[in-house]
Amino acid sequence: MKYIKFFLVGILFGIVMSKAEIISWYRIYEMFKFQSFHMYGIIGSAVALGMISMFFFRNRMIKTFEGNDIHVAPKKQGLYRNLLGGILFGLGWALAGACPGPMFVLIGKGVISILVVIFGATLGAFFYGLFKDKLPH
Amino acid sequence: MEFITQPWAWYVAGPVLAIVMFLLFYFGEKFGISSNLETFCSIGGAGKFIDYFKIDWKQNNWNLVFIAGAIAGGFIAANYLSPGDTAIEVALNPQTVQDLADIGIQNAGATYLPDEIFSVATMLSLKGFFILIMAGIMVGFGARWAGGCTSGHAIVGLSNLELPSLISVIGFFIGGLVMTWFILPLIF
Repeated sequence: MKYIKFFLVGILFGIVMSKAEIISWYRIYEMFKFQSFHMYGIIGSAVALGMISMFFFRNRMIKTFEGNDIHVAPKKQGLYRNLLGGILFGLGWALAGACPGPMFVLIGKGVISILVVIFGATLGAFFYGLFKDKLPH
Repeated sequence: MEFITQPWAWYVAGPVLAIVMFLLFYFGEKFGISSNLETFCSIGGAGKFIDYFKIDWKQNNWNLVFIAGAIAGGFIAANYLSPGDTAIEVALNPQTVQDLADIGIQNAGATYLPDEIFSVATMLSLKGFFILIMAGIMVGFGARWAGGCTSGHAIVGLSNLELPSLISVIGFFIGGLVMTWFILPLIF
C-alpha cells in the first residue's frame, strides 16, 4: 500500500510529460536548435519553483509526511564525470529525442521501438558499471 | 475538458514538474529516473560479477513503481486526454519543420515522433535498430557516469544550486548541440 502514492505521482508525471509534448522527439530537436522557448520555459520554471522548495526543506519549514527533515543528498563532485558523462548523455538525448523519463512515458503511448532505446539505456548503465574503474571521474 | 485535452503550455508543465519533485521529497525519496537503469541491471543479476550492481535493489522499489505510474500516465494521456481520433500534432516552429525536411525528416510535427526513427519498419532495419540502441547506450552510460539525467541534475540539482549539476547540464547541451547541428544531418 505504501507504494500507491508513488504510482499516483508517476501518473501525474506521465500525463504532464505527454500533454506538454516533452515526450516529442521534435520538441527536443527544436530546443537544441533554439527555435522555441517551450522546453526552456518548462525546465526554467520547474527549477525556479524547485529552488523555493529547497529553501523550505533546508530551513526545515517543510518536512516529510512522516515528520523527518528533508535532506537533499549532494551530487558527486568531479569535473570529468559530470562533463564527459554529461556530453555523452546529451548526444544520446538529442538522438533519441528522449531522456529516461520520457522513454517510459512513451511505452504507455504505445511506441514499441522505444523498448529498444530502453534496452540500450540499460545496457549503457551496465557498461558504465563494467568500465567504471577505467574512466576518469 | 478542452483545457485538459489541448497541449499544455510551458507555464503549466514546469510548475507541475516542480510539484512532482516536491511530492517525491515529501514522501521521503528523491526525483531521479536514470537510477532505475542501474536497478534493472541489479535485478537482472549484474551484481553477480560486478560489485557496483551489488545493491539491495528493493530499496528502489518506490522508483520502479514511479516509472510504472509514468507508463500508465502516458497511456491515460494518449487514450483519454487527447482530442478525438485525429493524430496529435505538435505545433513546431515552421523553421524547425523546414530544417528537418532539409536533413531528411518529413512531416515534422504531424505526430509526436518521426517515423524515420521510431516506426516499426525502421526499428526492424539494421540501421534503424543501430540508431535506437546506440541512442539508448549513450543516454544510459552518460547518465550514470554523470550521476544523473534531466530529472536528477537539471531539475533537482540545479534547484539545489549544485555545481556538479551545472557542469552536467552544460555537458548535456554540448552533446545535444553537437548531435543536433553536426551529426543528425549526416544520419538521414
